Formats: sequence, structure tokens, C-alpha cells
Amino acid sequence: MAVISTAPLRRRMRPGAGDQDKAGPLTYAVLAIAAVVSLFPLYWTFVAASNTGERVAQSPPPMVPSGELWTNITTAWSQADMGKALLNSTVVAGCVSLSTVLFSTLAGFAFAKLRFRGRNALLTLVVATMTIPPQLSVIPLYRIITDLNWGNQLKAVILPSLVAAFGVFFMRQFLSEALPLELIEAARVDGAHSLRIVWHVVLPIARPAMAVLGMLVFVQSWNDFFWPFVVLTQQNPTVQVALSSIGGGSGHDINQAVIMTGALVGTLPLLLIFAVLGKHIVGGITAGAVKS
Amino acid sequence: MATSIRAAAEDGSAPTTAPGGSRTPAAPQRSDRRSRLYRLDLKASPYAYIAPFFLCFAAFGLFPLIWTGWLSLHRVDLLNQDVMDWRGVDNYTRLWDTDQFWTALRNTFTIGVISTVPQLLMALGLAHLLNYRMRGRGFLRVAILAPYATSIAAATLVFVQLFNPDYGMINWLLSTVGIDRTDWYSETWPSQIAISTIVTWRWTGYNALIYLAAMQAVPKDLYEAASLDGASRWQQFTKVTVPSIRPTILFTIIVSTIGATQLFGEPLLFGGGVGVSGGSAHQYQTLGLYMYELGWPSRQLGRASAVAWTMLLILLLVGAVQMLIARRNRTKLGG
Repeated sequence: MAVISTAPLRRRMRPGAGDQDKAGPLTYAVLAIAAVVSLFPLYWTFVAASNTGERVAQSPPPMVPSGELWTNITTAWSQADMGKALLNSTVVAGCVSLSTVLFSTLAGFAFAKLRFRGRNALLTLVVATMTIPPQLSVIPLYRIITDLNWGNQLKAVILPSLVAAFGVFFMRQFLSEALPLELIEAARVDGAHSLRIVWHVVLPIARPAMAVLGMLVFVQSWNDFFWPFVVLTQQNPTVQVALSSIGGGSGHDINQAVIMTGALVGTLPLLLIFAVLGKHIVGGITAGAVKS
Repeated sequence: MATSIRAAAEDGSAPTTAPGGSRTPAAPQRSDRRSRLYRLDLKASPYAYIAPFFLCFAAFGLFPLIWTGWLSLHRVDLLNQDVMDWRGVDNYTRLWDTDQFWTALRNTFTIGVISTVPQLLMALGLAHLLNYRMRGRGFLRVAILAPYATSIAAATLVFVQLFNPDYGMINWLLSTVGIDRTDWYSETWPSQIAISTIVTWRWTGYNALIYLAAMQAVPKDLYEAASLDGASRWQQFTKVTVPSIRPTILFTIIVSTIGATQLFGEPLLFGGGVGVSGGSAHQYQTLGLYMYELGWPSRQLGRASAVAWTMLLILLLVGAVQMLIARRNRTKLGG
């Protein structure tokens, strides 16, 4: 890392130096503004979704919720298959996060604690794959999917996302620090074979990191747009694909309130997860997501 | 943790895998076999654990990547992919001669810059503030991360409303401070700024938390030493914090650059019904959209593949430049 103290060390006591890391009023003010900017579009989604289309299209726009939410939900449901979309997204995001967490933990454990030939080179390769844009693979993937006759099926979305380089890297970082080598050696001396070590030693210790990774992957998979948009149709959409059909953009004849209702329905499940587990997710990211 | 040790120990003393069993002279053959199995287990299991990742990556990442390169040298129709006419580098030279490609390239660059630069700068500042001791910082952190939970589709639909030129909240707010109506949909810069706003809104908090993680790993005594030297908070930020987390900053720059190069959903959905063309005059068509337009609506997979590989080449180029700059800065600072 970098050399920090290039200045000569002049010992000079300043009054109040101990309070250095306490927030002042300006800090509070800036962070409050940031929080409002972050949350306002979400709040306004709810406001628009509970108003009539005409009211949303007025200037100034409405700022408080109204009573039309249920009507709008019914309309959104009839325009796009939101029920099926929600179910599909849950299945896809669930499968993808389960498999990513499982494989990432195994690979992360191997990279963190096991010695084998080519370990460093392979780990570098994992990190390097993070930089390849997924769009590069889309055209042949599409071909593979159509050849297998998997077009418009959920497995076409799930299979290419079964693993994630980010996950391997994430678990490796966590296990390098959190898993003492002595525990593995102790289990080895006791004659446990390596799968048993994984089950009884690695998994219990990795559990918090697995939970965080699982949530991150779930969010990412739920919000994934490009590939589902390419392989799925409106007959079998994920939430994001369904939302793209509810429309948007410059058309003036569309009921804007219904569009906002779709956005609300598609985002609400994740926001609920965030409201309940937000602190853990934040803690997980700050605890060691990327310490390069 | 304690339970897991005990569990492992209990299992270890089960009759099948008696501890120290290999040393009992009564069963030399069995112990021989077991130690061979043990060695095999030691040698093979790491590969077994990393195999799923590499197998899936090879099947769904590397192989398609190379195939795309091969396709980019051919003329291929989306609906008749078995017929491949060899074209050599024609698809690439044709891109070079196409105005729309250069427009898309320029748009990708400008949208990328005006979304990535403010995003990372704001994230850095927010992380610095979030690192202070304060009340309610748990809530503030979750609030700032909340946009990360919204999807491209939902966020874009909301911002399309907010940026509506006729009744959108942003023009209404601007009019209250005397700024005239802006056409965020059809003018080049306003539409690109609107799209960049969506990207920035979604990712600033996430990056801020990543910076925060790195900042919390900076040793506290560095700050103490700096404040003893009489460094102001701002000086501590620029002289201690930023240099200490430089690897993380580089990481986020690379990740954001990759994200910006692939921008697709925001401009597509921002355009509503005409999304693929990126606005009536392609004013916000990105390379990602251009690739999609060539490959799907126009059915020319070879040309689309050429765009995809051009994107990779651009990324490699940008990455190399970033590495060079990072290295030069490091030597300049004497690190």
C-alpha cells in the first residue's frame, strides 16, 4: 500500500484531537440530504402507484399517497402477468443464489486454505473473469439455448448464472481470515476426510458470509435484465421482463400510475428484505466484500 | 464454533475412522489403503471444490466468448445460424465506416464519464462522512444502499416519470428556481444526463459502502499521527484516507468502467417503445443497444459479434490505460 507519512513528524498537541472522528452538524446535514435523495424516488413510486393516472400527469405532481393503489395493482396485473413474473423471479433468484453460494464456498475454501498446484494462477484467472462483459457471451449462449430448445424456459436464465467469480473471491477473502488453519488440521488428525471437514468445520464458520453473499446474489439476480430480456418472452417473464412490457418512455397515452404500480410491485419484495435485513447486508458489505 | 469442533471430534472417533488407527500394527494393509486414500483426498479435493466454477465458466463464459470471436468473422443470420459466410475482418471495417457505430461509441463514452465520475466522487465523500461516529448511522447506511435494491427496470420507469418534460417533477422543481423547460427525452445532453442520473442513483450507495469497508481497515494511529501533525480533516482525507484505500478505488473504477461499457437496460427502457434505437436520433444509443439492434431486430449476428468484441477490445484498452495511470501515480507518490 501507499506511503502516508511523508510529512516530518512534528509533535504538536491540538486541543480536542480526540474528538476527531465525531460527526459535526454539516456531516449530518449532507448525509440527511443523501438519504432523502436515495429514498425519495422510492417514496414517489409509492405515491404515484396510489394515485390516478390523471393526477400523476399533473404539474405539480402529487406528493402524498392516495387511495387508488388496489385499482392500479389490478390494472397492472391484467397488463402483464405479474403473478407469474414474481414467482419466476423468486425461482430464478433462489436457484441462482443457492448454487452460487454453495459453489463459491467450496471454491473459496479451497483457494483460502488448501494447498494445491496452480492455486495462485487459478485464483488470478477467477479474478480476471470478473472483467469479461457478459454481453460478449450472449450471442453463442442464445444459440446454445435455442439448440437445446430451452427458449422461454427458466433454466435458460438459471444455468449460465450458476457460478460467479465475485462469489468465489468474496468467500475466499472471508475464509482466509475467519477460518483458523488449526481447526482443519485438528479435524484431519482426528481422521476426518475433507468433505466431512467442509460440512462440520467450514460451513458453520462460513455461514454469516454465505448469508450475505446469498442476499447480494439474490438482489443481483432479481434485478438482472439483459439476459432474461433476450431469452424470455412475455408469456413466461421474470419481473424485469414483465416491467419492460408495461412500458414507459415518451408515450403520453399510457397510464403512468399503472407503470409506477408495476415498478412498485417489482421492487417491493427486495425492499422488504432490505428493511428486515438491511443492517446485516450493510454489515456484510462493509465487513469484507472487497478488501483488495 | 465450539460446537463445530466438538462435532468434528465426535465424528472422528466413530469406529470407521478411528483416530490413530493407521498406527495400529494389527491392520497394516487397511492402514496402507487408508493413508493412500487420505493422500488422494488431500490431493484431489481442492480440484473437486473449484471444479464447478471452472466447468460452468468454461461452458457459459469462455466457450461463448471464443465463439463470438469466430462469429464476428462471418456473416450469420439470426434465423438461419447454420449458414456462416466467411467475411474475415469485413464486419470490423464496416463498423469503422458506420456513423451509427461512432455515435454509439461516443454516447457510451460520454454517458460512462458523466455517470461514473460523479458517482465515485460522491461515494468517496459519503463513505468519509459515514465513517464518523454519529447517531443513526445504521439507518443512514441502509437508506443510502436502498437504491441498490431497485432494478434497472423499476428505477428507469420512475426516472422516466420524474424527467418527463411536460409534467415531470424535475422540470417542475427547476421551474420554481426559474430554469426553463428542458426536453430530457429528445435533446442529446439532457437525455444522456437523465440516463446517467439513473446509473448514479443506483450505484453511489453501494460504492460508498465498499469504500467505507476499506476505510475501516485503515489503522487509526495514522489519523492520530496526522492530527498531531496538525492536519485538518480535509488534509487527513486527501493525505491519509485516499492513498490508503487506493487499491479499492482502482477496483471500483474498473468495475464501473465495465458496467458503463455494457450499459443497456437504462437507455433501452428510457426510450420506451423506440428503445432499441436509443432515441429518435440515436442520441443515447449505447454500444450495448447497438449490438442488440444489429443482432436481434436486424438479425445480423456476425456484425453484432463484431460490436461485442470491439467492446472487449475497448475495455482492455481502457484497463491498460488505467493501470498505467495507477502505476505512474504510485511512483510519483513514492509508494
